[in-house]
Amino acid sequence: MSQVADHAHTEHPPHLHHHFHSSAQQAASAKLGMWVFIAQEILFFSGLFMAYIALRYLYPKTFLAAHEHLDVSMGALNTVFLITSSLTMALAVRAAQTSNKKWAEINLLLTIGFALAFCVVKYFEYSHKFHLGIFPGKYYAYTHIPGNPEVFFGLYFVMTGMHALHVVVGIGLLLWIYLKTRTGAFSAAYYSPVENVGLYWHLVDLIWIFLFPLLYLVK
Amino acid sequence: MTTATDAIRPGGGPSATGHAEEKDYLNVDNSIMSWLFTLDHKRIGLMYLASVLFFFFFGGVLALLIRTELFTPGADFLTYFVSGKNAAELKLAAADLYNQLFTLHGAIMIFLFLIPSIPATFGNFFLPLMLGAKDVAFPRLNLFSFYIYVLGALFFLYTLASGGLDTGWTFYTPYSTSTNTAVIASTFGAFILGFSSILTGVNFVVTVHKMRAPRMTWTRIPLFLWALYSTSLIQILATPVLAITLLLLIFERALGIGIFDPAMGGDPVLYQHFFWFYSHPAVYIMILPAFGVISETISVHSRKHIFGYGFIAASSVSIALIGFLVWGHHMFVSGQSPLASLLFSMITFAVAVPTAIKVFSWVATLYKGSIVFNAPMLNALSFIFLFTIGGLTGLFLATLATDVHLHDTYFVVAHFHYVMVGGTLVAFLAAIHHWWAKMFGRHYNELCGRISAIFVFIGFNLTFFSQFVMGSQGMPRRYFTYDQVSPELLSIYTRMHQISTVGSMILGLALTFTLFYLTHSLFFGKKVHNDSDLRWTGESMEWKAATPPSPHNFHEQPIAYNGPYDFKEIDHSLGGGH
Repeated sequence: MSQVADHAHTEHPPHLHHHFHSSAQQAASAKLGMWVFIAQEILFFSGLFMAYIALRYLYPKTFLAAHEHLDVSMGALNTVFLITSSLTMALAVRAAQTSNKKWAEINLLLTIGFALAFCVVKYFEYSHKFHLGIFPGKYYAYTHIPGNPEVFFGLYFVMTGMHALHVVVGIGLLLWIYLKTRTGAFSAAYYSPVENVGLYWHLVDLIWIFLFPLLYLVK
Repeated sequence: MTTATDAIRPGGGPSATGHAEEKDYLNVDNSIMSWLFTLDHKRIGLMYLASVLFFFFFGGVLALLIRTELFTPGADFLTYFVSGKNAAELKLAAADLYNQLFTLHGAIMIFLFLIPSIPATFGNFFLPLMLGAKDVAFPRLNLFSFYIYVLGALFFLYTLASGGLDTGWTFYTPYSTSTNTAVIASTFGAFILGFSSILTGVNFVVTVHKMRAPRMTWTRIPLFLWALYSTSLIQILATPVLAITLLLLIFERALGIGIFDPAMGGDPVLYQHFFWFYSHPAVYIMILPAFGVISETISVHSRKHIFGYGFIAASSVSIALIGFLVWGHHMFVSGQSPLASLLFSMITFAVAVPTAIKVFSWVATLYKGSIVFNAPMLNALSFIFLFTIGGLTGLFLATLATDVHLHDTYFVVAHFHYVMVGGTLVAFLAAIHHWWAKMFGRHYNELCGRISAIFVFIGFNLTFFSQFVMGSQGMPRRYFTYDQVSPELLSIYTRMHQISTVGSMILGLALTFTLFYLTHSLFFGKKVHNDSDLRWTGESMEWKAATPPSPHNFHEQPIAYNGPYDFKEIDHSLGGGH
């Protein structure tokens, strides 16, 4: 490796990988990579949305009857949590861009807090369903809904479950960014990871914004 | 090139003190760890090459077992591999084994060989070199996607060990939710492999956008990279749909969520829509990189500027885009509405336009070129011939009325093997010969290369043209025996199956021979000491790197002063005006 290090780099900050010419090129690559990754995330969820469209078109009455058993206030609370967490996330990115370390840390912690709160609410929702006997698929055992509600709840569990999985991954990423922020890794010169985790987190928020009305607000 | 570089840098620098002591990417560090944890795109490309070749030969042996069984109409060869109390039990067990063989052959060839074949090996190796970059944009992600590939491949091997898989590579519901073979393990394997494919795609798109050498405009990018770029777009946008489809299938099997189960109100045809939304574009993941390889080899080995650069580049992108809108042509007999079938049929015909543009451009490139019939060129010509047959028979299948007759017959089998084997595999062979000396610094035996190209061509045509004939006579695909038909059909089927089996043996021998002389050349091939030893060079940037390339590709940043196909000798012969 060393024998080819004859490139006279005038500036070589520690965060700059050897195969990039400049920090600007590296940052632009990281950002484009994240946007392209987000495109594939959207396509991933689009499969679930298509399944939802097909089944709701087939069984509008079942969807109407079954969705009454979801708790709108809990869903609305979670929506508020996620939207607010998007705000704190955006503030954290801005703070990193302006080298405001303290403010970035506070906002990242707030974002993690809202994300955890989302998971707690989701936990209560799921356990209430399980308590009633509303399990996914063939384990479904709640007989008070007419039609074939197991299809609706199968979709409900898969869609919210996949989304919750993304929230959990997001918490891991946010924690990593928070710890790195504390070590002073980010500044106005280098904040790509903060920005990219932010993009990911907004996507998680955005998907929930579609899930909430589709599942909780059928009426 | 070397002398020119030295002239620019008269004093000092590694190149002026002599190339002999300088390390290339292969011998810079010989430890096992330096390979397993390498971030060098070239080494990752070679690790992919070894892996995909391993699985290719594995899948190839399965194919030969299938062909051997079909040599005779009744059940015989495979009954030696199973146990049973009487003839009827033996036949049933052998039939099950047959189902597993063709399923694994298909699944392994598609997910473990064809999808990663050209992009993950030659793409990884040459994309940064052709762009004049030091590496792909995200080297760690690149290594990560290799290990995801290995992990997914292990799941497939586990499937094999734990009772096999007999659904066909398409995993169609409802059979895939009811069979007691290892569906979950194999679909999870395919799910994991999908991530490898997506991450490679992300890496390539960003690299092409952000890492190009100075002055390398979008019209100076080699056509191989246009093909890889289009492929990457499909990998990124189609693969996640397969991921969710396979996850839903796993949930369906494990929890019975009912989305594809009509008993619970779901729809099994929805599975087919989801599956083909990925798997049709996936066909272009397999063939587009092959188009790119052919553009490079045809141009370099006829020493002629590629004809219709812009049209070839645009046709790659448009095939990628139109490819998303044609999945329904796999479902003409699935009960989808006639209107949908009509539209899918029409859009499928539209794919023929950009594809034909490519074929005509390659032929026009050959016109008045100084063609050299070496191994890469013979393979490239073989590709044009075979792919054209594969592509044109696709039109038979895109036609609604004929498809009803040909659906699920050997005609379909022959069609996609002409595209996948005659197309992708032959282009893979063209690529490996075209770039072999550049990659390894050793020459393969040219005579062996030509002999192999000719025998692959003969063996391939014997194997699969006979399948067109028997398919058009109604021989269904995936059948274990064909002895229960009328005497005249039996004689046609038997003769065609026997030709096909003999052809597959020739093809298998030719490919084994190829593996043998290429491996031999790695150790005993004539060494390339400097670029004048190369039998050919091109004008794209990978030829400007050392042979084999140094760990960081270039000693100094190359600059794209001209296009990738501006061969100097052509300018001389034509006097610059034509």
